[in-house]
Formats: sequence, structure tokens, C-alpha cells
Amino acid sequence: MQATVQEQRFEPRIVAFFCNWCTYAAADLAGISRMKYAPNVKVVRVMCSGRVDPAFVLEAFRSGADGVLIGGCHPGDCHYKEGNYKAMRRFLLLSRVLEDFGIERGRFRLEWISASEAEKLRAAVNRMVEDVRKLGPLRWKVG
Amino acid sequence: MSRQVVIDPVTRLEGHGRIHIFLDEKGEVRRAYFQIPELRGFEKFLVGRCAEDAPQITSRICGVCPTAHHMAATKALDDLYKAEPTDTARKLREMLYSIFMLEDHALHLFFLGGPDFVVGPTAPKAERNILGVIQKVGLEVGKKVIAARKELRGLIQELGGRVIHPVFGLPGGVAKGLTEEARVRFEEAARRGLEFALFCETVFEDVVLKNKAYVDLITSDAYTHRTHYAGLVDSNGRSNFYDGTIRVVDPSGNEVVRFAARDYLKHIAEHVEPWTYVKFPFLKARGWKGFVDGPESGVYSVAPLARLNASTGMATPRAQALYETFFKTLGGKPVHFTLANHWARVVEIVYAAERFLELASDPSIAGTDIRRLPTETPREGIGVVEAPRGLLIHHYTSDERGILTGANLLVATQHNAARIAMSVDKAAKASIHGGVIDDGILNKVEMAFRAYDPCHACATHSMPGSMPLKLQVFAADGSLVREIVRGVEACPS
Amino acid sequence: MAKPKVAFYWCASCGGCEEAVVDLAEKVLNVVAAVDIVFWPVALDFKKSDVEAMPDKSIAVSFINGAIRLSEQEEMAQLLRRKSQVVIAFGACAQLGGIPGLANLWDRRSIFDWYYRQAPSVAPDGSAPATKVKVPEGELELPAFWDTVKSLDQVIDVDYFVPGCPPTPKVLLAAVEALLGGKLPPKGAVLAGDKSLCHECRLNDSKPEKILIADLKRITELQLDPEKCYLAQGVICLGPVTRGGCEALCIEGHMPCTGCFGPLDQTPDYGGTAVSFLASIVDVNDEAEAKRVLDKVADPTGIVYRYSLARSKLGRKRLEAGA
Repeated sequence: MQATVQEQRFEPRIVAFFCNWCTYAAADLAGISRMKYAPNVKVVRVMCSGRVDPAFVLEAFRSGADGVLIGGCHPGDCHYKEGNYKAMRRFLLLSRVLEDFGIERGRFRLEWISASEAEKLRAAVNRMVEDVRKLGPLRWKVG
Repeated sequence: MSRQVVIDPVTRLEGHGRIHIFLDEKGEVRRAYFQIPELRGFEKFLVGRCAEDAPQITSRICGVCPTAHHMAATKALDDLYKAEPTDTARKLREMLYSIFMLEDHALHLFFLGGPDFVVGPTAPKAERNILGVIQKVGLEVGKKVIAARKELRGLIQELGGRVIHPVFGLPGGVAKGLTEEARVRFEEAARRGLEFALFCETVFEDVVLKNKAYVDLITSDAYTHRTHYAGLVDSNGRSNFYDGTIRVVDPSGNEVVRFAARDYLKHIAEHVEPWTYVKFPFLKARGWKGFVDGPESGVYSVAPLARLNASTGMATPRAQALYETFFKTLGGKPVHFTLANHWARVVEIVYAAERFLELASDPSIAGTDIRRLPTETPREGIGVVEAPRGLLIHHYTSDERGILTGANLLVATQHNAARIAMSVDKAAKASIHGGVIDDGILNKVEMAFRAYDPCHACATHSMPGSMPLKLQVFAADGSLVREIVRGVEACPS
Repeated sequence: MAKPKVAFYWCASCGGCEEAVVDLAEKVLNVVAAVDIVFWPVALDFKKSDVEAMPDKSIAVSFINGAIRLSEQEEMAQLLRRKSQVVIAFGACAQLGGIPGLANLWDRRSIFDWYYRQAPSVAPDGSAPATKVKVPEGELELPAFWDTVKSLDQVIDVDYFVPGCPPTPKVLLAAVEALLGGKLPPKGAVLAGDKSLCHECRLNDSKPEKILIADLKRITELQLDPEKCYLAQGVICLGPVTRGGCEALCIEGHMPCTGCFGPLDQTPDYGGTAVSFLASIVDVNDEAEAKRVLDKVADPTGIVYRYSLARSKLGRKRLEAGA
């Protein structure tokens, strides 16, 4: 019997927190420039990457995200001077906690993407989607 | 169906136990199984934790004797880091520990096991509790006990930070010391503590030892087991709660082996039974021969009676005198009467109080050098103390950062688990004949295991005066013959 | 007027919360005199039918401590919920899962493998506890051990929480008095103040207005100066993110706070907040150096979630498929 195996390709669900001044602007620029990149990302705009409370990341994973991406200004360029440093430190600590919970490193990322770096954004998103695709679904089960 | 025997050995267990008794065709007991149906997994979830957090994490194994786990863990950390505690720290630890042993033992004497004797094993259930004790010996006694307990626990809180789950122990030392002013207060309190200990002795003598019926009960065969005994002793062979080597004697009282905690794996192994979550430690020299008495069996016992049997004496004068009286009255060493644990506990109450006073009276305990910071790379550590209920061993391995990679805990009531199972079986067999079961046998079974003071006994001794107990009796064909549930009365208030 | 009926029950508990009640000492007698205790924790046979026989809502207050580890505990919790007007989660284990919640980083199989096969003192003979076991005389049963520990409000509706590991006598007494006096906050409240530990800490005055630490130290690396804020000395103290009410006992014991009174109100996840707090006070902007310092938080999960892992947003480590 010839079976047609329809492979349902796993489509990762990525939640992204992009800072208003840098990464979100880059996303706008990518849009205006008609750049195509993986549509798997749900973007939440925050005023600063430093606004990202670990609880947001935990809630995203708990709600079924397969990956979480934070985008902020490069070190030294934060609109509020120090917010992205806090994001960087939180990321370092939270990644380890997430790993202890069985959430692999590749699922949680922090990228520095400035307003003009639409191409960098595109590459980062595509790369993350493919890496998470390889890791497989997370689809956190609660209870 | 829920299981009701609330025995809690101080292991990683909490709460509940269950007894299944199987009868033969004639209604005689074939076997009574004592099951521990729970486990929490401390040994496993210690893996990945910082070693220095072990004393505070392991104290949550038991809220009645947290200080025992805290101290065993602290000593294991000393060994892990090869950081010898300073003299001052050592004295402070032993003093805190003596206070803890004193108040914990006194709690058992008046609230838990003692009422059986003070009020009487045949007294109405409703009176076999602290209220009955107060009725029998007077309200002043009750107030005295409550006040003494409060004062002693206040001292532990002052020095250890908290009385339930102290924060005191660190590798190479302790977190807090005593000023001279505080030491003087502790010394005064120790004098009151000794008075209280001697008062406990008097109460026990007056009410129990002078009563022939009780003495007969203590020495009856139904509550006798001839096993090995193990306890911590100092370099003179005398009992010590804080430190020493483990001395094991056989049922005739001859020393079998004496070893440092570090070598415990050479001498002790744990037997697994699929019908209970608790494991049964046994002596490797003898091997596991099953739940049997005798010199060839690997079963051994710990806690007050065992400690007195395993030691050559007590290190303080009044306790030593009591020790001698104890053995003289009961026919020499070793004593095999399980119920004699209550009396042995009184001897230890006096020892703990005397030791507390000795340490508190030493001005050098108010020294400021309370820490020796670790310098070595941590790897593996084993610590031992005598918990109120018996030997307690904590064994940790760690990586070079001091993150635990393994934990093995041999907990007090565990060492008694085999003997407790045997006591329950024996009591059931002695009491149940022709399939007849009544309240009397529940009582007899209860007394057999309460003598071991299994942890959470605090909660097992309900206001109604009885330990909650559920017995299921199965006939030879497996059908449920009888189910007796006891302990459901509401609290008289 | 009839005295209110009160019940106590314990789940996966160390008994410390019970001891805390006994530690009320002479004050407990006033409480006992004011109520009719119909069900004493552990002390009474918790055969379900006895409690089932009570009319629904006939118990005024049930105090339940301990985490939920076994199905039987969940069943009893649900039963007491039906029979009680008010249910109080009493202690850190009931409120947050407590220290037993750390087992959520493992599962039944890994725990059993260690206990019954791998531990160095075990004389393994292949056997391990099973829920049904045949013995020569018949069959014995054991309750099943679950993979996951839960807090009380993850299995039933809880009216109030009394925090602490264990709750201190003062907090306990205040909670009981509020109950008996009918002066209760809105449902779901934690019966303790809502200020961080720093507010009652004797060392608060020595706490710098902005805590900026260049390096973290483990408690084994230094002897703390008991007169100066421990955070300022570089040691992790969770006081700033932990609910106060405990009179800062650990600080008085010359050790830092480990968070046993749990989160303040409005905290979405205790561990997440603790991560944020630690990241904020480490005043290092160079990524490599920041990593070096933060790696000194040697056991981040155990430190930030010591008492609250079960109640965290994620709840437990991902279970292996087929575990």
C-alpha cells in the first residue's frame, strides 16, 4: 500500500518582546522594506527591554510558547541608559533557571538589534525559528 | 481506604502508617505487617542544592526534631569541606543540642508516651493524655512542664535563630555566638533546666517505678525483643548525643564493632521490602535474616534504651547514678524490654540537663571565634548525631563548587523500623486469639510502638487519649474479617 | 451560642506547623476554649466516611497544612472544602508547595531509583515498593506516589493563607484572632502584613538606599558582620522580595532570609521576582563580568524557588515523555 505521509511540519510559536526604540523600530523597517521572515513570532512592544519582567517570560512559556525572544538596544545605547543592562543580567540568571525546568537554552534568547538593523532582525528571527523547530514543541503542560 | 496508624519515623516520611493483620483458619495471627505508605524524596531533591543550604533544607524532614537534622547536616558539611569547627563553635553546638534533647525528651515524657504510665495503661482513653497527667499529678505540674518547655525553646531560638528550623550551623562553625551576658543567662536557665530534669525523674519514680503493675508490664515478654543495640559513645565509651563513634553490642551485651560515622557503609546496609516505603537498616556483619530477634540477625535498635545498652555509662554524675539503678533494677545489661525506653529516656533527660549546665558554665563558650572558614575543595562528607529517636547519619557528595551531587540519609526511626515491625507483629500475635479483637489489643499494639517515640508521635497522641489506629484483619482466604477503627472521637473541650 | 467548629488536617508536612500551634503555649488554651475542635490533624482517623457524615459547611474553619503529594491528600482536601465554610492554607507547604516542592525537579522514577536501587547503603535485590504486593499471607497495598507536588490552592478553593515555614506564633495567633473576631480581609488574602522583611529588620538602617554589589559571596566565604545589612556585604538575602511578619528571626540568628514567608501581594511569581531583584542589585554592565558574578548564584532555582517551586508559573520541571 502506498501511503502518502503528510508531514505536519511543526510550526514554532515564538513570543517576542521588542523594545520600542530599537528592535520594534527595526521590525517596522523590515515591514516597510517588504522583508520576508518567518511569521511565527507574536510581537509584544515594550518601552525598554528592561521592562521585561521574568514573569512575562514564564507566563509566555506557561501559555504554550515554544520560544521567547527579547530584543533590545545595544549595550550603551539604551534609551533609558541602563534598562538593557538589567535585561542582560536577568537573562543570564533566568536562562539557568529555565534550563533547570527543562527549557533548553535555544528557546530563550536575547538579541541586541538597533532601529536600522532590519536585516539583523530578519536573520535572528529566522534562525531562532529553525533552531526551535529542531528542538520541537514545548507546549508546556500545567497541572 | 485510608491507613490510619500515624506513626512517623523520622525519615523522609511524614504521617501515615498502616497495619495489616492476616489470620489463619483458627483465628490466630499469621503475620502483622506494619507499612509506611509515604515518601517525600529529600535525598533526591538535595541534588543540585548548595551544600551550605543542607542544614536548613534537611531540617524540614521533621518539625519536631529539626535541630537533629540540622546538626547532622552541619557536621557532614564540616567533613565535606574538611573544616574543623572551632572549639567555641563545638561547645556552642553541643550546648544547643543538649537543650534540644532535654526539651524534646520532656515533651515525649509528659505529652506522649508518659501518659500511659502516669495515668495508667488501663485508664479510660480520654484520660491518657496531658490533661489526664495534670489531673493525676496536679495543675502545677502541667504549668511547670509548659513553662519549662517554653523557656528551653526560647533559648534555642535565641542562639539558633529559630526553634523550628534553626539557622545555626555552618561548615567549620556556627552563625551566632554568646556574649558573656547571654552566657550568664543561659547558665541560670541551665540550673532551672536541671531542676526540671530532676523533677521529671521524681515524677517518673513516684508514679511508675513505685508501681509494681507498671514494672511488671515493662518486663513482660510481649514487649521484649533480643536484638543488637547501637549508640554514639565518646572515647570513654559513654553516651554522647553530639559526637563520638558508633558502638554496637549484641543481644548479650558484647561489643560487636565500634566505628566512625565515616565508615558506616562498611557496617550498615538497607533492606528493601516492596510493601512499605521505609527501608530497613541492618548489620552487614550478620546479614539480613528477616524480621527476627537474636545474635545472628542483622536487626538492631537505636534510641534511649539502645543508647544505654550500647554505652558503658553516662558522662555526668546524676545520670550515671540513674544508669546504674536502671540496670540493677531491670536485671543487668543489656535490657531488652521495649517499654524500658521510657525510663531510659528519663536518664537521658537528666544527662542532657547536666551537660547543658556543664557547657553553659564554661566561660570560654562565650568566645568570639565561632567560625573557621572553609579553604579546601569540597568533595564528600558524613556527619552523625544522636537524634532523640536514635542515630542520624547524613552523607553528602558534592562537586568542586560545593553543589550537592548526592545525599544519603539514615534516619533515626529507620534504624528501629525492623524492630518496630517485629514489635507490632509480636503484640498482635500475643493478643489476638480465636479471631477475637477488641479495644484491648489496639492498646497493646499501640504501646508496643509508642515506646520507640516514633517522630510525629506529637500528633499521634490525640486529646482523646488514643493513637488513631485502623486495623484490618484478613482471613486465610483473603477476605476482610474485621476492621477496627479507633480514635475518631471529637476532642473534649 | 454554640462554639465554632474547627478542624485541622495535614498533608505532606514535616509537622513544624503543628509544633507552631503547640508553641502558642498557654495562649493555645484560650483558643481551645473558644472553639470546638471536631477533627485533629493526624490524631484522628481520617477515614473519609466520618467527615462525609458531617453536614456540608458545618465546620466553621479548617486549617490545612502540608503540600499535596498523594491522591488521598487531595481527596481529603476536597472533602474538607465541602464540609467547611472557610479553608485556610496554613504554612508554606500548603500555600506554595514548600520545600517538598523541590521534588518537582525530579519525578517518581528518579526518586525511586535512588532510594531503592542506587543509594550507596541499599542492598538492592531488585524489589521496590509497589502499589499492590503479594505476600505469603495475602495482598498488601500502598498508595501511589505522584510525580508532582502541589500547593493546596492548586487542588481546592482556598479562602485564606497563613504564611511561613512555619508560621510564627505571633502570625498564627493574629490569624486565629481575626477569624474568631470576624475581622477578615477579602477572600484570597494572606493573613499577614504586606510589607517586605526589610521593614522589620533591625539592619534596615544600614541598608544603602541603592544596593549595588560588585560581587556576590556565598555564606561559606565570609563571616557576616551582624550589625550591617547582609546584602550590602554581598550575601544573598531575599528580604526585599519576601513578605515580612516573622520578626526577622533568621537575621537575628545572623543568617540571611531565604524567603519562607513567600511573596508579597501582587507578586506574579516569587522566583521571577527574586531573579529580577538579584539582577538589579548586581551592578555590573560588562556581560562577561556580569556572568562571572551571577554564576556565584550557585543554585539559582533552589535559591529563588526554595519554598515556592510548586506554586510557580511553571510548577515543575518538564517531565520526560513516558516518565
